[in-house]
Amino acid sequence: MWTTLEQIFPYAIVFTIPLLITALGALFSERSGVVNIGLDGLMIIGSFMGAFVTFKLQEQYGDAPWVLWVGLLAAMAAGMLFSVLHAFASINLSANQIISGTAINLIAGALTIFLARNMTGSGNIRISIFEPFNVPLLSDIPFLGDLFFTRSNPVTWFVLIILAVSTVVLYKTPFGMRLRACGEHPHAAEAAGVRVQSMRYAGVLISGAFSGLGGAAILMTYSGEFNGNVSGLGFLALASLIFGQWRPLGVLAATFFFGFASTVANVSQVIPSLAVIPPVVLKVFPYVVTLIALVIFSKSSNAPKAVGEPFDSGKR
Amino acid sequence: MNNSIKSFVAVLLGLLAGVLLMAVTGHNPVEGFKYLIEGGLKNPERIGNTLATATPLILTGLSVAFAFRTGLFNIGAAGQMLFGGFCATAVGHWLDLPRALLLVVIVLAGFIGGALWALVPGILKARYNVHEVVSTIMMNWIAYWIVFYAVPSYFKGSSETESRQLPANALLQQQGLSDLFQGSYINLGLFVALISVVLVAFLIQKTTLGYELKAVGFNRHAAEYAGIGVQRSIVLSMFISGGIAGLAGVTQYTGNASSIQIGILPSQGFDGIAVALLGANAPLGVLLAAIFFGLLYSGRGFMNAMTDIPPEIADSIIAIIIYFAATSILVDRLYRKYKSRRAANKKQGG
Repeated sequence: MWTTLEQIFPYAIVFTIPLLITALGALFSERSGVVNIGLDGLMIIGSFMGAFVTFKLQEQYGDAPWVLWVGLLAAMAAGMLFSVLHAFASINLSANQIISGTAINLIAGALTIFLARNMTGSGNIRISIFEPFNVPLLSDIPFLGDLFFTRSNPVTWFVLIILAVSTVVLYKTPFGMRLRACGEHPHAAEAAGVRVQSMRYAGVLISGAFSGLGGAAILMTYSGEFNGNVSGLGFLALASLIFGQWRPLGVLAATFFFGFASTVANVSQVIPSLAVIPPVVLKVFPYVVTLIALVIFSKSSNAPKAVGEPFDSGKR
Repeated sequence: MNNSIKSFVAVLLGLLAGVLLMAVTGHNPVEGFKYLIEGGLKNPERIGNTLATATPLILTGLSVAFAFRTGLFNIGAAGQMLFGGFCATAVGHWLDLPRALLLVVIVLAGFIGGALWALVPGILKARYNVHEVVSTIMMNWIAYWIVFYAVPSYFKGSSETESRQLPANALLQQQGLSDLFQGSYINLGLFVALISVVLVAFLIQKTTLGYELKAVGFNRHAAEYAGIGVQRSIVLSMFISGGIAGLAGVTQYTGNASSIQIGILPSQGFDGIAVALLGANAPLGVLLAAIFFGLLYSGRGFMNAMTDIPPEIADSIIAIIIYFAATSILVDRLYRKYKSRRAANKKQGG
């Protein structure tokens, strides 16, 4: 059992990271009062831009690690830029945020393949990806070393640092406090001198950047190929955000739950103790648990009170 | 401005964006659009294929629009369609009945499969106030995996990703109809869709139930105060909406195709959101929007064969249209500004 756990843990972590960073971005957006169901599309944009930039650079400079980091940053920038579409529609135009998000998803899926075909002739872009490494010293710690620090991925640490910083920013800085206020009582925030629209822009743009990073993380840690979709992980990230009750550590727990459950489902056939369970049960399990969790949380939801509502300064 | 003008402007802007996209990527837009339209309308066969492509879109669009009238955002049409199609396929394989009867049973099975799939989010929404966007997404994936494992175990086909072909008896394909359109794959599914459009229009506009559902959509609290069973309306609305999406699955997997694919959520489910939005949630609007999308989708293959423009241009145009439909308030504002400025100018001049 222990060896099994040791073996699947690195995979579970690698699978968790894209979800975690995307859901964390959505946390900023929703805390500022804007629902973002365009996460899937923003991840696709990140995956495309990451793949494109990395592909071009790898042609020229080979597999140097810095190339991948440039690709990651390009993915974040592209995600952020694309999320302006959603911000503009939902903040300036008071559009229905769910419809705008849906449009983002549709545009991203179609446009990126269209562009990929124009540039490379096929809808797929392949790149070479990050090598896992053993964290020096820490990987020698018994138990923990084997679980968390061997065969770990650089992107994992990058995302965990962002998680830590985000938590501090959200709860300990004036910016975080204002952002959260805009999602709870935007009119009160405005009365206190906060520019609600700017804060909401910040929330959506952070969400775009993090989703872009999430999409690129899938590409650069395990898939290695852009193909125009991210297997619905954006929607799963949205579910994780709600499952995690709009809190950074809750999101961490929820995404790890999904990551671990999917990994177990993926490897169940080669592990005798799990092979007795029909694979469909393992695959469906996380979604059913989420539904049950939603029912349980329904009485005490911590959803930002003004999330999804367009802000109208004249309406109190 | 009324909704049809807004939709029209959105379509125009979307097509314009298509022109830009083609031009920027170094293609000739005039040629592109010429082949795109020819591909969808050139001869009876192509027209038939356009209608067949539109068929599941009419139904998923109708499904999303119907739920929307009750204020529910059914984003799970894909899962409902898949599960409805799966139930229809199962019945088609297992039952041996006279053709007419079998087809009725298949259509009913598809409706019930989709309806049950939407019933869960409906109950969760009505009883526990769980947001339907999230619960329908979860139901999508549950359907995805159930079908993924059930198809190879029960109706294994020759390919890994498909079920066994349904017998001709259990298909909506009708030789006479196909001949009428010179060999098109158009099928009886189109009539299922058209009848659904009429029934839904009647239900929404002429019945007490439709009135109640709309009332809940306009203002849940006012409806409750007026004595309308809000919880019951929500559950019923999701049930019907899911059933219609299930019918989309029937027309897709037993009409346009003769087997069910696994490992993919049907894209028509998500396009249904686009169709409903462009059609302003009205049955007739949905019908027109779906046929328009059907034209783009069925013409793109021909365009791709005649030019080197990637077929995803059609999807891109549709997606951009939806963005402009969502932001149509911008057009509204510009129009009002223009009108007030003109009025002011007139005053000054006079």
